[in-house]
Amino acid sequence: MSDTTPAPDRRNFVSKAAAIVVGGLISVVAPVAGLFTLFDPLRRKSDTRGLVRVASIASLADGGEPRKFPVLDTLVDAWNKTENVPVGSVYLQKTGDNSVRVLNSVCPHLGCSVGYNAASHGYFCPCHRSSFTLDGAIADPKSPSPRGMDELEAVVRDGQVWVRFQNFRKGSPDKIPV
Amino acid sequence: MAEHPSSERPSIGSWIDSRTGYKALLHETLFENVPGGARWRYVWGSTLSFFFVVQVITGVFLWMSYSPSSQTAWESVYYIQHQLLGGWFLRGLHHFVAQAMTVLLILHLMQIIIDGAYKAPREVNYWFGVLLLVLVLALSLTGYLLPWDQNGYWSTAVTTNIVGMSPGIGQSLQTVVVGGVTYGHLTLTRFFALHAGVIPGLVILLIVGHVYLFRKHGLTPKKPLKGPDQGFWPEQVLRDAVACLAVLAVVLFFVVREHGAPLGAPADPAEQFSAARPEWYFLFLYQFLKYFPGNTEIVGAIILPTLGLLVLTAMPFLGRWKLGHRFNLGFIGAMLAGAALLTWQALDDDRKDPDFQVAKAVSNRDAARAVELANNGVPITGALTLMREDPFTQGPRIFSRNCASCHRYDGHDGMGNALPKDSISASDLKGYGSREWLQGFLHADTILTPRYWGGTAHTEGDMVGWLGDHIPDTDEAKATRRNVVLALSAQAALSSQATMDRRDSVQIALGIQFMRDTKNGCTECHKFQELGTDGPELNGWASREWMVAFVNDPTHPRFYGRDNDRMPSYGTEKSLSQREIEMVVDWIRNEWYTPKVAVSRSDDRNVARR
Repeated sequence: MSDTTPAPDRRNFVSKAAAIVVGGLISVVAPVAGLFTLFDPLRRKSDTRGLVRVASIASLADGGEPRKFPVLDTLVDAWNKTENVPVGSVYLQKTGDNSVRVLNSVCPHLGCSVGYNAASHGYFCPCHRSSFTLDGAIADPKSPSPRGMDELEAVVRDGQVWVRFQNFRKGSPDKIPV
Repeated sequence: MAEHPSSERPSIGSWIDSRTGYKALLHETLFENVPGGARWRYVWGSTLSFFFVVQVITGVFLWMSYSPSSQTAWESVYYIQHQLLGGWFLRGLHHFVAQAMTVLLILHLMQIIIDGAYKAPREVNYWFGVLLLVLVLALSLTGYLLPWDQNGYWSTAVTTNIVGMSPGIGQSLQTVVVGGVTYGHLTLTRFFALHAGVIPGLVILLIVGHVYLFRKHGLTPKKPLKGPDQGFWPEQVLRDAVACLAVLAVVLFFVVREHGAPLGAPADPAEQFSAARPEWYFLFLYQFLKYFPGNTEIVGAIILPTLGLLVLTAMPFLGRWKLGHRFNLGFIGAMLAGAALLTWQALDDDRKDPDFQVAKAVSNRDAARAVELANNGVPITGALTLMREDPFTQGPRIFSRNCASCHRYDGHDGMGNALPKDSISASDLKGYGSREWLQGFLHADTILTPRYWGGTAHTEGDMVGWLGDHIPDTDEAKATRRNVVLALSAQAALSSQATMDRRDSVQIALGIQFMRDTKNGCTECHKFQELGTDGPELNGWASREWMVAFVNDPTHPRFYGRDNDRMPSYGTEKSLSQREIEMVVDWIRNEWYTPKVAVSRSDDRNVARR
């Protein structure tokens, strides 16, 4: 060994480089393993549902007064799967003998729950004072909400209202499903 | 620090240094003097520190997905292991690094004792090390419970009961640690707080103290020195890093081979678990206990281990004398050899114990089944509900407890335990209702074997008599007998035979025709279709409904009536619930939930919404 020992400087450099490489290698394993699980939610598909029966059309007022109903469906929450539990709520409003308007009750601004105000015949979000007309459009131009309430696809079949329940990205002027 | 002249622009490094003094700290850290130069024997402390950091990192990431309660602990660990991207790897890393740390701790301790590094002035530092050893073992003990699987649950029950055995405050201490007199939510929240908060906090404090004292007194050089002194950086750092890499490679080998860490079936306080064993590095204590029967147990469980720890603590004093140092060496050597021997004994005992092998097989079967069921979504009441409602899991248990005193299932008690031959007094129910089973039953040569009626009072009955009088001797007669077998087996409507039953409809029709023909004698004794009146009824024979009704009350006129041979009426006597009867019947019929194919999660949801 004594004959072939490199000059101290060079040997020192090799040791330093090797220590950095090996040290770096062993240091990344645990954080990388963790980051995969941390970012796992990004690869999960969006929660799209089929048509869900929400109410019978007979339970809606003829005058167009909206009524709030829970949407009962299968709730998948990480490892849990529960059938027939509320996954959200909607306002149903009768617009004709066989037609309804369905609005998701969540405010498109930042996701608070929107209430119906019978006195003003409109919707009002108590968090940041967004107000909406009966058809879900923004009522007061000073409302912070970037879009009107989210209308959902619905069909009336044999007197029953079926809704395709969906949530949309909050705070955006466009209606983008999440 | 020298002040820079205002005309010169300071670099970012010196700006930060003037505010923090990090360069001096870095210098202090990296240029610790290593007397005699870098050596491989000095790597153990660094590897331990490194792997502790790995445990903190992997632990925090696991924490982000773990939920400590008795309805969510197993479920969230299942989710980490089987659903999260790379979750099995993260969990496996945490699990096997914990094992590696135990080995490294022993190596570190041995090196310290062999080199006499515990001697003055390093006694306090040595004690910090002994405390760290105890704390790391406490970490693995508390971590073992957190998945809330059968093994963790029952092993922890034993450990905490040992705590309860200790004199004086033992009982109260146990109640406090467990969070009550039974194991549940509070046991998990407490163990989790200990595992992820209290103990790691103490470990960090002690590591800081340990490293501070190590730096204060310097490394204990192994004489003779091999060369001139060196700085810690880079030669010793390189050796430390390579050692870490080597240990990490071993850990990764196990992580990949085992595909993560083991996860048993969810903990069930009502379910006997004979396969419970502690982690392999506690096996020697487990085996040690076997030598202290009855009320001497406290000696093996508490007194001797405490004495061992006291000797370990007293080593710096003992080591002042040359003889004392030799004693220390002998003591640690004897302890390790003893532990190794006991560990081997424990493993060997289990290997030779057929009951343990059966328990182990059942445990593996349950673990795999729990995952299979959980893949379809877990109810909020927890995965244990799925297991308790599952015929595949409960059927054999109900059978072994209630039926196996007379019946057999493929020669055993349903769980795989062998049973004495002479105790058979009823038929073997594996494949009951199937063509294969019936073929042997409707045969004069085999009906009197123990597999069928050999041990029953029906040996002298009309059925045996009829079979003896009607031995099929021509090909035509044999074909007719076969048709009857197919027809009767079709009554059972086994889902495993559905395709065959559809395919053989012609033969089945011929079989039915034969049975309906009054001159053949079937309907003389049995009710079949609108013919005959007596039992056992052959309409829907061995079908699910028929079997459930039969187990409910075999003495009912529809079945054996007064001819019933010792079979209890499990339903009418209420010794089994309806659900239990259904589950054992479904299990005998081989009918339980099976996943179609490996479904992806989105497919899964579609099925649920159907």
